[in-house]
Amino acid sequence: MSAAFSTAKFATQPFPLNTTSPRSHDKPLFDPLKIPTSSSPFLGSTRKLRLSSSSKLNLHRRSGAVVAVSDVVKEKKSKSTPNLLITKEEGLVLYEDMILGRAFEDMCAQMYYRGKMFGFVHLYNGQEAVSTGFIKLLKKEDSVVSTYRDHVHALSKGVPAREVMSELFGKTTGCCRGQGGSMHMFSSEHNLLGGFAFIGEGIPVATGAAFSSKYRREVLKQADCDHVTLAFFGDGTCNNGQFFECLNMAALWKLPIIFVVENNLWAIGMSHLRATSDPQIYKKGPAFGMPGIHVDGMDVLKVREVAKEAIGRARRGEGPTLVECETYRFRGHSLADPDELRDPAEKAHYAARDPITALKNYMIENRLASEADLKAIDKKIDEVVEDAVEFADESPLPQRSQLLENVFADPKGFGIGPDGRYRCEDPKFTEGTAHV
Amino acid sequence: MAAIFQGVGAAAALSSSPSNSFDTKKLLCSPRRSFSARKGASFVVVRSDGSVNFDLNHKGRRAQQLITNAVATKADSSAAASSSKPGHELLLFEALREGLEEEMERDATVCVMGEDVGHYGGSYKVTRGLAEKFGDLRVLDTPIAENSFTGMGIGAAMTGLRPVVEGMNMGFLLLAFNQISNNCGMLHYTSGGQFKIPIVIRGPGGVGRQLGAEHSQRLESYFQSIPGIQMVACSTPYNAKGLMKAAIRSENPVILFEHVLLYNLKERIPDEDYICNLEEAEMVRPGEHVTILTYSRMRYHVMQAAKTLVNKGYDPEVIDIRSLKPFDLYTIGNSVKKTHRVLIVEECMRTGGIGASLTAAITENFHDYLDAPIICLSSQDVPTPYAGPLEEWTVVQPAQIVTAVEQLCQ
Ligand SMILES: Cc1ncc(C[n+]2csc(CCOP(=O)(O)OP(=O)(O)O)c2C)c(N)n1
Ligand SMILES: [Mg+2]
Repeated sequence: MSAAFSTAKFATQPFPLNTTSPRSHDKPLFDPLKIPTSSSPFLGSTRKLRLSSSSKLNLHRRSGAVVAVSDVVKEKKSKSTPNLLITKEEGLVLYEDMILGRAFEDMCAQMYYRGKMFGFVHLYNGQEAVSTGFIKLLKKEDSVVSTYRDHVHALSKGVPAREVMSELFGKTTGCCRGQGGSMHMFSSEHNLLGGFAFIGEGIPVATGAAFSSKYRREVLKQADCDHVTLAFFGDGTCNNGQFFECLNMAALWKLPIIFVVENNLWAIGMSHLRATSDPQIYKKGPAFGMPGIHVDGMDVLKVREVAKEAIGRARRGEGPTLVECETYRFRGHSLADPDELRDPAEKAHYAARDPITALKNYMIENRLASEADLKAIDKKIDEVVEDAVEFADESPLPQRSQLLENVFADPKGFGIGPDGRYRCEDPKFTEGTAHV
Repeated sequence: MAAIFQGVGAAAALSSSPSNSFDTKKLLCSPRRSFSARKGASFVVVRSDGSVNFDLNHKGRRAQQLITNAVATKADSSAAASSSKPGHELLLFEALREGLEEEMERDATVCVMGEDVGHYGGSYKVTRGLAEKFGDLRVLDTPIAENSFTGMGIGAAMTGLRPVVEGMNMGFLLLAFNQISNNCGMLHYTSGGQFKIPIVIRGPGGVGRQLGAEHSQRLESYFQSIPGIQMVACSTPYNAKGLMKAAIRSENPVILFEHVLLYNLKERIPDEDYICNLEEAEMVRPGEHVTILTYSRMRYHVMQAAKTLVNKGYDPEVIDIRSLKPFDLYTIGNSVKKTHRVLIVEECMRTGGIGASLTAAITENFHDYLDAPIICLSSQDVPTPYAGPLEEWTVVQPAQIVTAVEQLCQ
């Protein structure tokens, strides 16, 4: 009986915990009649990736078959060179970026508890392989759209740690002059389009940025515009209409966008399995006519391989891709979350799969770097983060004059006052003391 | 058919509309409305009467100031004389289209997105023919996904385009409220001024002819407290075109309200390029005794009432506030200082509506000049009923306006 499957099983076993191989090879969580789990273990490991060459994709596009993509990664690994997926230089860049993300967030926690920053602060610990694996492949002109868990996406995209920290301190030297805060990081220079605090709302914005790329190429005849957009969001967000609406539009118009799902299994206190009828998010890609890929989001090299493929497709004008990265957050939902709900065993399991340790081991085992090389990076990043804190701490708080400055791009939007002049011409507007 | 628009006094406009057939389908309703015969013929060509004095108050403070009623000079009151005059005559929806088309020609980053804006030409034909001319990408037919295509417009605006997003009916944009509020309104600010959102969100709204509650909404009351957006309402072909063009050129997000019952108003407008000032009110009829502030369709109910009032010996000043956010406190203030009496006539809801905000603004700024409490005539706080008489009692009627002025001027 299909009715039997859900509540009871989820309640007693909220997550298929299995120390050796979670989320897979397990007693099927679902009614086998509903989902053929034997051949498709829930949220399987990377062997279950779905990736495909583009020609394959086109063939399958309308056939309704789930596009198989994963084997590309596997084949590449086994055939070409059995070992090295990256050069030393690439490896060091990835390592540094992940260390930066981790160290920065750890520092945020400290600063939060010391009362240097306020509000809801969502840290990214544990998920670094996703940000690094994707964003480090981008050009500056490419766009990134993030959520409220956005510090590390900003850092990966090149926004200086100083500016991000200063923003968190609410200082005028912050990347948004202290007007955005933790959940609203922006950088026009680095094409970071936000920082969106409401679930799902960034996805349409990202779709619009991808539309702009297509428009530039096809309408404005800027032939060299091959910019792509990455939209990052969580598993919980995949139950929001904007996700589905934008998958549809992006596939419809073949927009250069990659939908990157950071499936960390939880939406605050809502388990993905309790919220989602078919928890294999990547399968929703083919339903909309785009490849859906599942990747081990704790493995930066695997993420990077998949990202390369997806970004390449987008750049070549072959359309969007949905990538589900299986990951985990090492801290509570936000710094205000006591994180009492998640099973300690589940946490321990993922802690053992720390993406930074994994990359470190890979590099050392493959002689891409020595312990000393990596230590040097650790040290450098410590200094960067220390410097960011110092910079933020010493930076001035915004002046009152800043209050009304960016309400309107054209301040005429404040209107005409009783004296017939535009109100923004009133010195009180420049001083920030006007009532608006 | 002539009965369809009688309420706004534009009956004849419809029959001369080239788009006759579709409009009839869209807007057709029973021709039995009670006051059709009474008013049907009185405003064959709807113009914004008598505003030649408009400049007096403004002392050239705004360079791009335009005479907002260029064709509606006093000498022009005979409708027959039109063909020999300069300019060209068109319907309001065509004026919107013309403005849009000119801006699309002028600037290749201007694009349109929305439901049925392309091949179908828009539910009220504002974008008719534009897809053929500019291509499917510049006039993008979107799936029925209001919050996502509105959000997409915002993302496009952040990255260099100037999208005009059409709500098939303004009410549908309730689904896009999050995008309009959080992103249109706030994102320029939260980004510390780094990203601009030069978007126009526009579409038909207001109480039509027995369209039922959901299709008769006035979203301006909901949108007005969103920081960082501007809102304008058009009411004549002249200002429809001018506001459309100004909204597209603005660096700010602008919501342009159109009214389903005004699309077929006819007016002669200049051939030359012009825009209207987004922040300025429009003097419709200068007068001495009372200031009547109104906008959108209610402008025509006010003008009907004004005729009666004039016959009764009153000299009302009628101002179409046009900018619903922010208010043009200069034009409004000058009028209050002259008449000392204010009547607000709106189609918006009584509670939390534009009139309520306007009342507050006038009290705050010009209290000392008032000789009587402000009267605000709004729609009833009732879901707009379907039945004709009930619907009529929901929105303000000219007779109520006459009564209110008489009361104010006692
Ligand atoms: C529209 C909206 N509803 C609710 C919330 C509150 N909220 C913030 S994060 C969150 C969970 C999101 O989970 P997920 O998408 O999996 O992302 P994660 O936090 O795990 O990265 C919720 C419900 C919100 N921010 N926006
Ligand atoms: Mg999650």
